[in-house]
Amino acid sequence: MSLDFNSPAFEVIRNEKKCIQCKVCVRQCSNKVHSYDDEDNVIYSDDIKCVNCHRCVVLCPTRALVIKKYPLEFRENANWTGAVLDEIYKQSQTGGVLLSSMGNPKSFPIYWDKMLLNASQVTNPSIDPLREPMETKVMIGRKPEKLEFDAKGKLLTKMPPQVELSVPIMFSAMSYGSISRNAHESLAKAATELGICYNTGEGGLNRDFYKYGKNTIVQVASGRFGVHKEYLNAGAAIEIKIGQGAKPGIGGHLPGRKVGEDVSATRMIPVGSDAISPAPHHDIYSIEDLRQLIFSLKEATNYGKPVFVKIAAVHNSAAIASGIVRAGADAIVIDGFRGGTGAAPTRVRDNVGIPIELALAAIDQRLREEEIRNEVSLIIAGSIRNSADVVKAVALGADAVYIGSAAVAALGCHLCRSCSTGKCNWGIATQEPELVKRLNPDIMYKRLVNLISAWNHEIQELLGGMGINAIDSLRGNRLMLRGIDLNEKELEILGIKYAGE
Amino acid sequence: MKTIDALNVYYRDLNSSIDEVVKTDKTINLKNVFGQRYIGRGLPENVKLKIYGTPGNDMAAYMDGAELEIFGNGQDAVGNTMNCGRVIVHGSCGDTLGYAMRGGEIYVEGDVGYRVGIHMKEYKEMKPIIVAGGKAGEFLGEYMAGGAIILLGLNLSKGENITGRFCGTGMHGGVIYLNGNEDKYKFGKEAVKVDITNEDILFLKKHIGFYEKTFQKDLNHLKLESFSKYAAVNKNPYSNMYCTY
Ligand code: SF4
Ligand code: SF4
Repeated sequence: MSLDFNSPAFEVIRNEKKCIQCKVCVRQCSNKVHSYDDEDNVIYSDDIKCVNCHRCVVLCPTRALVIKKYPLEFRENANWTGAVLDEIYKQSQTGGVLLSSMGNPKSFPIYWDKMLLNASQVTNPSIDPLREPMETKVMIGRKPEKLEFDAKGKLLTKMPPQVELSVPIMFSAMSYGSISRNAHESLAKAATELGICYNTGEGGLNRDFYKYGKNTIVQVASGRFGVHKEYLNAGAAIEIKIGQGAKPGIGGHLPGRKVGEDVSATRMIPVGSDAISPAPHHDIYSIEDLRQLIFSLKEATNYGKPVFVKIAAVHNSAAIASGIVRAGADAIVIDGFRGGTGAAPTRVRDNVGIPIELALAAIDQRLREEEIRNEVSLIIAGSIRNSADVVKAVALGADAVYIGSAAVAALGCHLCRSCSTGKCNWGIATQEPELVKRLNPDIMYKRLVNLISAWNHEIQELLGGMGINAIDSLRGNRLMLRGIDLNEKELEILGIKYAGE
Repeated sequence: MKTIDALNVYYRDLNSSIDEVVKTDKTINLKNVFGQRYIGRGLPENVKLKIYGTPGNDMAAYMDGAELEIFGNGQDAVGNTMNCGRVIVHGSCGDTLGYAMRGGEIYVEGDVGYRVGIHMKEYKEMKPIIVAGGKAGEFLGEYMAGGAIILLGLNLSKGENITGRFCGTGMHGGVIYLNGNEDKYKFGKEAVKVDITNEDILFLKKHIGFYEKTFQKDLNHLKLESFSKYAAVNKNPYSNMYCTY
């Protein structure tokens, strides 16, 4: 093969004064960056292999390591940047489609940061959540048009199935296969302790995890991996995956090398076989066909589970969402273009889809105009980074959010964006036993519990500040939002006023 | 044996009354079926339904061991994600028959539609099988990952092909047997013709024998050794397509 034109992305700097040659870095780096030469008694590093995952930096006992951006500069050019050239070098060498991990890293506007929340002053008092009751519980599912009671006040209306969440946050779909068994178990355990849900992703449900069923959303994608009657009945709800924010129009593909014995048993496919879930469900070409799939799932579960439909946020999401409600879904999941993934074609990840904030506002508005907003819950995903994002999402109209990247960050992910190599040093996006065991689910799940509990507190404080004591009263309450640094059109789509108005 | 008259019964009511009857009676006759969907969905082992009329879409979806015999045509998505059991159709079937089925058997007396047997899988001893007496539409066995499809091509008119274009596209497991050795079928690039072995002939004998018996046909004239067999080129067809960045 011809010369590799790519230069290292990172430089590994070892402070020789601090280094005690314990060789932790040599043992920890699955990319084999560090190596020990016993003849010369030195530790070398090969910069080009480094993905900047910080594993060695965090574990080095003397803090002797620093990873820096490689200081090599191309001749200054605002158009032909180093990143653009590196991609050309890579593709001209391999002939491959560029594949990346995690969400869109480009500098598109982040609308969460252009919206500000309100607080009560003088005329209506704020509420102190430490002293006063504050409700963050939500129910996900279709709500009836009206409620009927008998003379004694007993509810007569038969409620459609609902999922109760103690906080409006769930862990988004990450299949066992794309992430490790231990990462999966950490999510399942944390969801159970928190009274929320995690999502199996499209890879089936391992036998050992059926016990977390009450806190599990089971997913059904075009490849139907591990989908059978028991699986459908094992969770709290079923999610049909049509699209994913990181790669709208592209399906899932787990390479055979990640399908070991246990993943094979979970997906119910042979060891080493590719698991391909193409974007088109070839039994769905219309809203009527989607309805057929939704109701086949309802039939298989005796109408006892809400059925969610997940789509990527794309140009006409609002019209599509309206169709999904009419197809009978109990919840719509909209995944914005910043949503994470184990692997996505780079061009798709970086150029397809729209920001979740705009999609959410447009969908909520459209469903209200059509007077069908009550028939469905709206769940959004695609880079919810903190509790303020959650509160703003609810004010824009969301019932709940899914978090993926934030959840794996709580487990140690440092957003190095190399999940697709399967060598995650943090034991998350890998199936290699040596790496997987670095993540102990019995310890790590507590970090997820901590994160969501902390966010819950912050949500309560933000709600209290606005004088609101239940998250349900904030939903779609866009008067609590003001825009900053936004143009007229953006304000119009978001349905909010400018700060100062 | 119990009989349910499905005339003018809404599909939900029909399916829940089947569930009700199954508790005490494992063998049921359904008569006057007219388009009701999801019949047989998720039904377990030992349940036998005889269906008279025209059952609607998604019959036998997620079916888990039951046996359905249909005296009429099947519609679309028969055996969708079926886990095990058997479906016998005395007639023809529509599109996406056996979508992602993982186990069990489907026997169709006549023709089948587009995208039949797509995403078919297998896992350990579970190996799904589709046998159809006539021809199939385009994209037969697309994304097939396991199991077997047998097409007998009976009663083709002159010049008519046994299968449409793009057969076996994206195939990465399983096998497709077609009656005839002319290599004129337009296969996707992920499928390849392979030699037929003695084992294949025994396999064909067994399932074609069942077809003969079930539909009371004499197929002695079929030359099993001249069937064509297609399999996946590779179980990881797209492994060289990407470079990580
Ligand atoms: S890949 Fe990670 S562990 Fe290896 S040298 Fe780079 S930062 Fe350290
Ligand atoms: S999951 Fe692992 S490989 Fe993927 S971005 Fe995070 S640290 Fe890197």
